[in-house]
Amino acid sequence: MRPIDTLNAALTLAVAGDYSGRWSGDSGVFPTRMNATLIRDLKKTLGPRGVLHEPEDLMLYEYDGSVEVARPDCVVFPRSTKDVVEIVRLAGRHQIPIVGRGTGTGLSGGAIARNGGIIVSFSRMNRILAIDAENQRATVQPGVVNSDLSVAVEHLGLHFAPDPSSQKACTIGGNVSENSGGPHTLAYGVTTNHVLALEVVLPTAEIFRLGDGAIDVPGYDLTGVFVGSEGTFGLVSEITVKLTGNPEAVKTLLAIFDSVDDATETVAEITARGITPAACEMMDGWTLRAVEDYIHAGFPVDCAAILLIDVDGLREAVEADANDVAAVCAAHHAREVRVARDARERDLLWKGRKNAFGAAGRVSPSYYTQDGVIPRTKLPATLRRIGEIGKKYNLQIGNVFHAGDGNLHPIILFDQRNEQQFRDTVRAGDEILEFCIQMGGSITGEHGVGMEKDRLMPLLFAESDLALMRRVRDMFNPANLLNPGKIFPASKGCGEIYVRPQTTAAPIA
Amino acid sequence: MSASTAVAFSRLAEIAGEANVVRDPARLAAYCVDDKLPAAAVRPGSAEEVAEIVKLAARERLAIVASAARTKLGIGMPPQRYDIALDMARMDRIVAYDPGDLTLSVEAGTPLRKIASTLSEHRQFLPLAVPFMDRATAGGTIASGVDSPLRQFYGTARDFTLGVEFLTGEGIAAKSGGRVVKNVSGYDIHKLMIGSLGTLAVITRINFRTFPKPRATRTFVAAFRGAEAACAFRHAIAKSALRPQSLEILGAGGDGASLLGAQTDLRFEGDRWYAVVSCAGNEQVLERCRQELAMLARNAGVLDSFDEVSGGSREKIAASVAEFPALILDRAPNAAIFKITTLPTEMADLARAIQSIQTPWVLVMRGLGVAYLALLPVAPLESECKRILGRASTPPWRHVTLPWCPAAIKQATDVWGPQSTNLALMKKLKGVFDPSGILSPGRFMGAI
Repeated sequence: MRPIDTLNAALTLAVAGDYSGRWSGDSGVFPTRMNATLIRDLKKTLGPRGVLHEPEDLMLYEYDGSVEVARPDCVVFPRSTKDVVEIVRLAGRHQIPIVGRGTGTGLSGGAIARNGGIIVSFSRMNRILAIDAENQRATVQPGVVNSDLSVAVEHLGLHFAPDPSSQKACTIGGNVSENSGGPHTLAYGVTTNHVLALEVVLPTAEIFRLGDGAIDVPGYDLTGVFVGSEGTFGLVSEITVKLTGNPEAVKTLLAIFDSVDDATETVAEITARGITPAACEMMDGWTLRAVEDYIHAGFPVDCAAILLIDVDGLREAVEADANDVAAVCAAHHAREVRVARDARERDLLWKGRKNAFGAAGRVSPSYYTQDGVIPRTKLPATLRRIGEIGKKYNLQIGNVFHAGDGNLHPIILFDQRNEQQFRDTVRAGDEILEFCIQMGGSITGEHGVGMEKDRLMPLLFAESDLALMRRVRDMFNPANLLNPGKIFPASKGCGEIYVRPQTTAAPIA
Repeated sequence: MSASTAVAFSRLAEIAGEANVVRDPARLAAYCVDDKLPAAAVRPGSAEEVAEIVKLAARERLAIVASAARTKLGIGMPPQRYDIALDMARMDRIVAYDPGDLTLSVEAGTPLRKIASTLSEHRQFLPLAVPFMDRATAGGTIASGVDSPLRQFYGTARDFTLGVEFLTGEGIAAKSGGRVVKNVSGYDIHKLMIGSLGTLAVITRINFRTFPKPRATRTFVAAFRGAEAACAFRHAIAKSALRPQSLEILGAGGDGASLLGAQTDLRFEGDRWYAVVSCAGNEQVLERCRQELAMLARNAGVLDSFDEVSGGSREKIAASVAEFPALILDRAPNAAIFKITTLPTEMADLARAIQSIQTPWVLVMRGLGVAYLALLPVAPLESECKRILGRASTPPWRHVTLPWCPAAIKQATDVWGPQSTNLALMKKLKGVFDPSGILSPGRFMGAI
């Protein structure tokens, strides 16, 4: 048994079948294939500080923000595209899996070395290479932290629109791999809508430039299919993104409801009235109380749900939209609609929202979150169903999510020391996602499939759909050395989930 | 025709019904692509029938070109082989429309006009103001990848296509994406379909995100002396808080000036350029736009006119911009129309370079850096076309293709311009989707 697993009493479950979970310490799926030659060659390329391979160092890279665990055999830190090419060449020669990683804030196990191998950490490739304010674009290395780019262009009146809740930690390379979203993607779109070009290193160790600074590059949209491919096509070594002008005015409304149904019906009505808020988030009463204990953002603690709504744009439009939104809230029995008076109040409310998962982590030993999507008119029915599923398994489920685009994030609280409860938690999560699919939705809106939801893909896609996707992957990545064991259900039909205590939690988009 | 091919054609009638198969050469003329005629046309009524037809074609190695309204079949190179015209016009059903969810699912042959009228009942629309709007279908719009002036605000189909169902070149039904507005399950294969000219798959169904219709829109026109001033106006708008729905710069030279002038009621002589800006919102917003645009136009050196245009002339100008290729080809069937992408900051350089062209020309530059240049020849213009295509990848000519031109020019000119450095990847992708090469063979870049 490996030390980290003993320490965390990691739970391994066979989840595809009957959840006949077994306690197990050893998560090694594949035997270690690293050899001294490879380590020596990697060190020769990257320097001794560019390679980690001692077990105590590798422990830090077993996790991301999900409940998954798997240990890499080594972690390397390239500083340039040239380094990346050399890493890919060496890994190819030794037939060792490669997994790209930003800062490990992902929520689906995307940046975990499921089958062992080399984790390529882009944390040292974190330079903003060019800012072109006139043409509203920037070129960055993949390890640039999402919010660092927005900070760097703030004086130009610009920002990078995708804003996952982890934006102060997550990297743009990770955003590209997962096609990340965030609260303000409701109006501004997800990562793929903001990527103009990529430099990628394919498993052949060749560099390709997909797209360039101009729009509408002739040929197939290779950039479009690469974004969101979860590291299974190649390693992204450079990214050109669009920058978005900051809105002239923003108003943040906090609408307080005594019934969850009233809140969810308000969301549908706002859409029906033709209003597109910049963001429209919902938090239920349980989540509000957890957040308020932690952040003291000024949320009411005695209500059933709140909506946190941003409207932005021209002053004149914002004024009118805010009034319209407030009227819809009132018509759906909002107890109160508050408008943040200034930037400080607004930032505090958003801080509360973006730290909701941290708050959950403070009150529960572990939690499991989902990322299902439903058509927004199905919100009332889905929230009721989530409540029923919680009751059925006697689990506390908090809800904090992107209501405007129907992207749910139910947080299921559990104690990892209770084997039965963990099993119920996974079952409850699956039942929620199955309901989302029944409602015409999807199993993931922005977190990615990773190793967490691969087993659920057949519920959404026919075997022929998946077979074609596999063939596209194989075209880029024929030996399946890049991020193996992700997205697609294992051919054996039996995936494994590992869980660890989650006392500190990453923020969530 | 071999015996087995003859049998294959008779199978088409079994699949789609005798009434839906065309073998008569006179009627087949309607399906002509760059002077090439198919041996048969078939009009399937369902995705299942399409699958049967594609499987049959794959088995017999018969080349298929899918189309519906046939408004954009001239885009790309001529097909190397063309046996079956797959006419998708019967597949014109709106399969699902959920106004409250802002989602729409249509069969590929659904006319955009039909979509527009269904959506307008709920004060919604699809921001695809594409050429040939009166006839164009959803499938052709996606497969050809044409853009529209509304991309300034709403983006292109790439930004609001949520999912696609299609048949691969082996007749295997597959899909990607879904019908929710946010979704990262599986690869975005639908993005590959956009602009692929039917070389990867036959699209059978498309899911879109719909948008609320703006309460009101206004169109403003500002005249400038020289393209630099018009581009300066464009840059000032980009730096302002205004978010126009569309922003186009129009210019013309030689006889092009009279052609565009007649279409728009604007005068193009004497190096006059026009910026056309549409804004949307409530009355206060639109009044603010009017005042601020007037100020920005003054600062950029606007000539006599800064006007809100309304009524007939507004429609004429909007149609000239949105229908640009259609309108030019209608007046000048031998025109060559290039698509050029550049950076916004290089738009003025591009305009200057185009002004030195001797052939009569008309230019529409979209605010985001895409331009359409029409050359209106008095004589054959192969050499001129080659020269312009050859400029690609030298700024300000970042990318140049020739989507519309007489078939004769294609005999000696690759309308896709210089080969992409990623052609090898694209060819491999083609192999994944269409291993026997029966889908629109040769129409795409690099003879894909």
